[in-house]
Amino acid sequence: MLELDDIQHFLLARTPAFAARYEFLTFQRPSAGRQWLAGMIDKVGTGASVGAASPDSRWVTAAFTWNGLKTLGVEESSLATFPEEFRQGMATRAEIIGATGTNHPDHWTGEVASPALHAIAILFARDAVERERCKVEHAKYLSGIGSVGVLSSLDLEAIPPYGCAHEHFGYRDRLSYIAIEGTADQPQPGSGPPIKPGEFFLGYADENGLQPELPQPETFSRNGSYLAYLRLQEHVGAFRDFLRQQAATLEEQELIAAKLMGRWRSGAPLVLAPLKDDPALGPDMQRTNNFDYGTMDPLGYACPIGSHIRRMNPRDTVENARRRQMIRRGGTYGPPLPEDAPEDGVERGIAAFMGCASLVRQFEFAMNVWANDPNFKDLGNERDPFVGTQDGTFDMTIPKRPIRKKILSLPAFTTIKGGAYFFLPGIRALRFLAGAT
Amino acid sequence: MKDQDWTKPQALAIPKGGYFTLEKGRYGATYPRTPACHGFTIIAKIKSGTEDEIRNYGKRLEKALEDSPNVLAPLQLHYLRWVLFDIGSDKYFMYQGIFDTDFDKYTEDAIALFTQTGINTVFEKLEGFPEDWKTNVPAFIKFVREHQCPSFLEYGEYPFVTAVEIKKALRLKKAFSEMLDQMQ
Repeated sequence: MLELDDIQHFLLARTPAFAARYEFLTFQRPSAGRQWLAGMIDKVGTGASVGAASPDSRWVTAAFTWNGLKTLGVEESSLATFPEEFRQGMATRAEIIGATGTNHPDHWTGEVASPALHAIAILFARDAVERERCKVEHAKYLSGIGSVGVLSSLDLEAIPPYGCAHEHFGYRDRLSYIAIEGTADQPQPGSGPPIKPGEFFLGYADENGLQPELPQPETFSRNGSYLAYLRLQEHVGAFRDFLRQQAATLEEQELIAAKLMGRWRSGAPLVLAPLKDDPALGPDMQRTNNFDYGTMDPLGYACPIGSHIRRMNPRDTVENARRRQMIRRGGTYGPPLPEDAPEDGVERGIAAFMGCASLVRQFEFAMNVWANDPNFKDLGNERDPFVGTQDGTFDMTIPKRPIRKKILSLPAFTTIKGGAYFFLPGIRALRFLAGAT
Repeated sequence: MKDQDWTKPQALAIPKGGYFTLEKGRYGATYPRTPACHGFTIIAKIKSGTEDEIRNYGKRLEKALEDSPNVLAPLQLHYLRWVLFDIGSDKYFMYQGIFDTDFDKYTEDAIALFTQTGINTVFEKLEGFPEDWKTNVPAFIKFVREHQCPSFLEYGEYPFVTAVEIKKALRLKKAFSEMLDQMQ
């Protein structure tokens, strides 16, 4: 049984939040870090207290880097039992996830690549007003403690039109969720049975039927998860320019946009709506994921093999797909770029967390292989058009009868502007940390 | 891959250690792709008295492939060679595989497959193989990397061609021949 009252709500519940704030913290003194945490624990919602119909107006999450755990006073013998990828941190392993060139940690903002990054306080709020209220309150709380510094922060907000989550390029988002065995979530048609909790929470059996070794002591690691944080700038002007260069009519541009993503901007999947958009299909949670690739579109005539959704979740066309799943949380930051406005140079994008039980097997695999292996599925010289590392030297093939369309030298539509690995402890573990000496 | 000409046979001398440049993979530096594709040459001493069991496993794998010809497909292999040989009075096992994908990329899939097909039962007969390998992927990988003997020369008569491409070309040739025959 999942200990819902001990697991932070973050990966279990998708809250009705329209605004968020991430604060990247550094503990100048271990005792100050522990004091900060001790005062935060009661604000952190659990899987038992937070549901989709949550009456709250704000939801708090606390997570720590390996350096943060060390600074809080966790013993060396315990620290050494954490997996190598978490100990090293994302910036050290940047090359593995494709954070090279302009995406390299040297260019990241907000000091998130610094060893001084110890913790993150994640606030999701119903609206920006509530976010501002919490922001002031937290600043007050920090100044009362002293010696807990804010390295940087990031405010996030849903972008209009409201009512359907989407990102800056205009693609509808949050069309799929992962149903975890032992929760009330019913799997979406097409997604197979619920996934074992051990794929996301430490201390439970995973899809292998086994329970991997835990970092020690077990009370510290049980019910915890790892979070991979990524701040991905979206070059909206460049993306729109690209579509205009590729096709003369708006209709054709929409088709190219759909082929890059694997879904129309409305969210309708190409496998189910190959020729024209079906706006009712995208948000229909019973239908929007009810497809496979192997039998319905083996050659990618509907959904190109190199499209974003087909690379990041190849479904029935790869081995062990259920061992690569992650729970995504996050949102958009920066102002939307009005249609027809030229690129204004303001940073905007997505800042999200990928939650999993193994950063190396789930997150790093997805980034290293699915997003960035140029020869994924024998494509030869392609990377994911949105999250792959693009530098103008990779292509994109759109299978088509009678002749395929090949886009040469795809430009970069995104740039990684920050990233970090966090451990998201259970509630007992937060208390353990707050009292750690 | 760009600029890799299969019509021109190529040889590649590989530096000691097995790497040209240290390219970070998830489980350590990744081994280079050569004109003879990717490969592993794992050499390890076997536990005393296990030679017959290891040899018998050859038969078992043969049968597994007869029953299910695609059972090893995820490994993207061209060839596997298993060899037992003596050094002094000790018996050693060599697992040599030529495959198309960077092992680092599909490590976990390979281990899952080893479990399904029982290849692990051969590895378990090797000295130093981690007993908890099923739940300790890093330990499994460490063993493989520690026992990998990198080549210092690899040659490809048709360099960089993948098994998928070869099969595709042969399928096309067959279809073309059949078409010609039917046009007689």
